[in-house]
Amino acid sequence: MLSRRDFLQVALATGVLARGLTGRRAFAAGSALTQSDLLAFEPLGNVTLLHVTDMHAQLVPLYFREPSINIGVGEVSGLPPHVTGKAFLEKYGLEAGSAGAYALSDQGFESLARDYGRVGGADRLATLLKAVRAERPDNTLFLDGGDTWQGSYTSYQTQGADMVRVMNALGTDAMTAHWEFTYGTERVNELLEQLAFPFLAQNVRDTDWEEPVFDRVAYFERGGVKVAVIGQAFPYTPVANPRYKIPTWSFGIREEAVQQQVDEARSEGAELVVLLSHNGFDVDRKLASRVQGIDVVLTGHTHDALPDVVQVNKTLLVASGSHGKFLSRLDLDVRDGEVKGYRYKLMPVFSDVITPDPEVTALIGEIREPHKAELERVLGQTETMLYRRGNFNGTFDDLICQALLEERDAEISLSPGFRWGASLLPGQDITVEDLHNLTSITYPAAYRTEMTGAFLKTVLEDVADNLFNPDPYYQQGGDMVRVGGLGYSIDPAESIGKRVTDMTFLASGEPIEADKSYTVAGWASVNEGTEGPPIWDVVESYVRRKGSVKITPNDSVKVAGL
Amino acid sequence: MKTLSLKGDAMKDMTRRDALWMTAGLLAVAVVPLPVDAADTAMEEIRQFTGGSEAAESGKISLEMPEIAENGNTVPLTVSVDSPMSGDDYVKRVMVLADANPRPGVATFHFSPKSGVAEASTRMRLARTQNVIAVAEMSDGSFHMAKATVKVTIGGCGG
Repeated sequence: MLSRRDFLQVALATGVLARGLTGRRAFAAGSALTQSDLLAFEPLGNVTLLHVTDMHAQLVPLYFREPSINIGVGEVSGLPPHVTGKAFLEKYGLEAGSAGAYALSDQGFESLARDYGRVGGADRLATLLKAVRAERPDNTLFLDGGDTWQGSYTSYQTQGADMVRVMNALGTDAMTAHWEFTYGTERVNELLEQLAFPFLAQNVRDTDWEEPVFDRVAYFERGGVKVAVIGQAFPYTPVANPRYKIPTWSFGIREEAVQQQVDEARSEGAELVVLLSHNGFDVDRKLASRVQGIDVVLTGHTHDALPDVVQVNKTLLVASGSHGKFLSRLDLDVRDGEVKGYRYKLMPVFSDVITPDPEVTALIGEIREPHKAELERVLGQTETMLYRRGNFNGTFDDLICQALLEERDAEISLSPGFRWGASLLPGQDITVEDLHNLTSITYPAAYRTEMTGAFLKTVLEDVADNLFNPDPYYQQGGDMVRVGGLGYSIDPAESIGKRVTDMTFLASGEPIEADKSYTVAGWASVNEGTEGPPIWDVVESYVRRKGSVKITPNDSVKVAGL
Repeated sequence: MKTLSLKGDAMKDMTRRDALWMTAGLLAVAVVPLPVDAADTAMEEIRQFTGGSEAAESGKISLEMPEIAENGNTVPLTVSVDSPMSGDDYVKRVMVLADANPRPGVATFHFSPKSGVAEASTRMRLARTQNVIAVAEMSDGSFHMAKATVKVTIGGCGG
């Protein structure tokens, strides 16, 4: 019998994260919080799992605004993580203006960001990891859910090597992957040589014989408990990202194979079975309802940060956010081959109140030093908040779409619905580093092409179905493709082909015509041989020309039910 | 109503050479406009296979396929039927269809008690998002069915 000996741990013993800061204008808010508040945790049982995921190569503190809109369809409608804003605060008992509200919602983000400061930073994370390990030296396992090697200027320049060094320094015990694969087969194999820990992906097979490419499971002994960690890479990597970069690797959810791995682990004597997953939250929720014998799923990919575990039958699902903004701690009481109890806390990594670990600070400095001038090069300023996360649009994407329209002389622009990308506050400089935090991929060519109205509709419908298919196993976990010069209405509850209506060519206000051709600029095409300048050059040119950018709210996408 | 006659090709014993031929055949017909009644054609194929008997979705057949195809031109499939494969209780044959392909018939696998297990793997081309259907004929004359939806997408915006 699994017991939850716990109150909502984001609230902490002192309530310091959940409580609004009375008179916070009078004090520096950061000073109301301390490193020990963030770490405070009454240990339980014999195994401590620590989890980060989707860091997207962010080594230094940043701002990250959580989404305003995250729609769930079908059975998961209204269930976490499909709860945002005020409803989220109410559901988890967080006061407006509290540190928890700042970390976990979009509510009051801009003003709270100025009070509480930046989040993340690998040297801050290192401090938290060391503190927990010091407290639980023989019980702790630190697992990374992937999307760690991609997403920054330095990761692009070093082709992922910077993150491998940092992960080794953090004492990572195992990882799985997604964007890692976009460096291509050869580079991934090179980086694996440098890894000091297992790279796990039970669901990757070679395309010839369907044989496993990577280790599928790793075993650890913690607190006298044999722990099996099974890795599950992002199932749709060759669909959502360029297949030509990994032509001999095949992925998929492979539910039967997950069950087989779990059964094998149990027969090998594992008392605790953990799935280190990059499936995305809804996929994992469904998987947990169908596969027997998984104790914990450490979820990833969809960037959800939940202050409490979600339980499906006997399986606990953990959602640890993204960008190094959170570290999850799950203490488990494992006896007689089963989990008897647990306690969980999602620790926000508030950069300003955590003493950076000097060794990792030095390593980050060493990694960044050769690129310092370029990282800090200022392209312009933003007058308005720039962010990406949300189902339909984000202001940084509006900026990218506008740059594509103007710099590439296009009528319509398309920008991928990635969920990664740091936020910028009004008044901040836009540096090369900031721009790369939103665009750094290995297939950055900004194409310019002709598309008919009918094809544009197909694109929108296809992406919408990847996001809103009522069966999670058919979801790919990104957000809706962003559009410039084009407006539309969408009903997520409809089926493919019927969700997108009222497509409008914004320049004329006329409806998009099915057989008319439009000049379209975009980037991140998964097709081999795509030509064009890298997207960061396009946006740099636009920002430098403007000097200062101001993004007005985008109301050209109408969502049914909102 | 127009129907495509596939019996002659699809019902043959599946040999490696046939499989290659069949793939080539599908490539050749892919440029032919999709018949609007492809799903009807598939239903007709099933009706002929079962001689009109009902094929129940009983859970006896497992159809392992990707939910979303990585490459619609070569989609892997493993079909297996839960059966003791003994002299008096075995799987005789399993037919696989893709209900929205221009020619729905993919393969028919024949088994005997000597097969040991009723399991077969192949790859198929899928013209677009559709259902793949497997129908098994058992030695007692009963029929079973399984269905899987495989999505073929243009891809590209995940993450």
